Amino acid sequence: MLDIRSISKTFNPGTVNAKTAVSGLSLHLEPGDFVTIIGSNGAGKSTLFNAVAGAFYVDEGSISLDGRDITFVPEYKRSRVIGRLFQDPMRGTAPSMTIEENLALAYLRTVGNTSPFSRISKKDQAVFREKLSLLDMGLEDRMKQPVGLLSGGQRQALTLLMATMVPPKILLLDEHTAALDPGTAEKVLKLTRDIVAKDHITCMMITHNMRQALELGNRTLLMADGNIVLDVGGQERSGLTVEDLLNRFRAGTGRDLDNDRILLSE
Amino acid sequence: MLYILQTALELGFLYAPIAMALFLSYRVLDIADLTTDGCFVLGAAVSVTMTASGHPFLAVPAAMVSGMAAGFVTAFLQTRLGIPSILAGIVTNMGLYTVNLMAMGWSANVSLLKTETLFTLFQKTGIGGPWYEALLTGLFTVLAGILLVLFLQTRLGLSIRATGDNMDMVRASSINPAFTITVGLCISNALTALSGAMVGQYQNTADINAGTGIVVVGLACLIIGETVLGRRTLIKGALAAVVGSIIYRVIYAIVLYTKIMPVQGLKLVTAIVVALAIAFPAIKDWAAFQKRKMAAAQKGGN
Repeated sequence: MLDIRSISKTFNPGTVNAKTAVSGLSLHLEPGDFVTIIGSNGAGKSTLFNAVAGAFYVDEGSISLDGRDITFVPEYKRSRVIGRLFQDPMRGTAPSMTIEENLALAYLRTVGNTSPFSRISKKDQAVFREKLSLLDMGLEDRMKQPVGLLSGGQRQALTLLMATMVPPKILLLDEHTAALDPGTAEKVLKLTRDIVAKDHITCMMITHNMRQALELGNRTLLMADGNIVLDVGGQERSGLTVEDLLNRFRAGTGRDLDNDRILLSE
Repeated sequence: MLYILQTALELGFLYAPIAMALFLSYRVLDIADLTTDGCFVLGAAVSVTMTASGHPFLAVPAAMVSGMAAGFVTAFLQTRLGIPSILAGIVTNMGLYTVNLMAMGWSANVSLLKTETLFTLFQKTGIGGPWYEALLTGLFTVLAGILLVLFLQTRLGLSIRATGDNMDMVRASSINPAFTITVGLCISNALTALSGAMVGQYQNTADINAGTGIVVVGLACLIIGETVLGRRTLIKGALAAVVGSIIYRVIYAIVLYTKIMPVQGLKLVTAIVVALAIAFPAIKDWAAFQKRKMAAAQKGGN
């Protein structure tokens, strides 16, 4: 599915601020994998996502998705098959456009060969209404309202819907529930789980919640210093506790996991 | 008074496409596009030159296409060559000065003498009576406004609006922002050139300096309209451009007619109107804050 071969990325090379965010990282994902990722501050988690999404081109190595080499494909072209959610719920939607228009942007680009001059049809509206009702937030009755009026949780749920409206080949979740209140976070997480399971979407999720990292998905990666230090899945992972994970991290890197937001339990 | 109203209506409709162009570039795309001044003259120059050679109808689409080309240059400079958007507009504007001279056969102005224009041809049909000019310009402007609103609801139009609204989202939605900015600026400059084309035929002349400061006037019109109508929806935005443009011209005509100011003082009046219109929200906030402070002081709380 996703094949990352020894990628490296250094920011501000040749200056005093040079920072190697990812070095020689390799990763292979099977179709339908749901991978959770935890790691220290500056471990390169978001850099990994940016490399996959194409926010920058990697200095070395190659990335291929579904057998196609995308190493030098620009971000806007990759996003046709890559869905992405950020921690900031404001980043995924256009505030002054209506809910319907936001959904249309996500929808019209992917269904068939629609003309650039196509407009939102009655049929599209019916599809949007049905999809919105799945969120169970009453948004289906507010389709003509600008997205700026919605709460952070509602906007994040909407972004999730937009990213998965046409199932992407891979979904990148960058702590997408971290900025929400606990109740809403729980709800958005459940939605994520349902949608990912329903469409068998291959998914990577960064989280700072250790318990969540072990509970969700089928595989967990621990990152430090721009590389993967621990990769557990299958049988080995099911018996693992948060304590074990911390010990494994210490054994792997020779120091404690250091992340000012990490949650050991709830 | 009726004469003032008639003139204001004509001029309002004539210049309204500029306010619409700024609605698209400044409000929707969130780009301060300073190509406007030169682009307006380009539209007038192309239109008058074409009319002089006997093509008053063809003059309008030709002017719009040339405006599109100007918009394309500005967009190319900023999206492909990394020149900051304001500077890109200024650079294009600078180059347009020479292009405009060229379009007028290397002279600083061209006049139409006894040549048929859209206006003289329309007058002959007898429609609208003495209001024929207002009717014809109104027709063009309203049509442009309707097409603009309809376009902004298409898939491409939505992409353009999203580009100005949330760039992060656009990149993550497989939309190429370089492309949407280019299309947006082409259309907005086509609108500016449309205004230039109409003004050229209306005044029977094109002048190299006719566009000076027109971007500020257009912006003032837009803001006046938005202050009156609010700026929530697309339709209101396009309508604000037209309504604001007419209101601005009424103010302008009254100042001229009542001779409060000598004609030479008009630029100053324009500048003051523009500054006040743009400052209006800030002044309103300030007044509201002062009121709160006074109320608090009276209560003796602080």
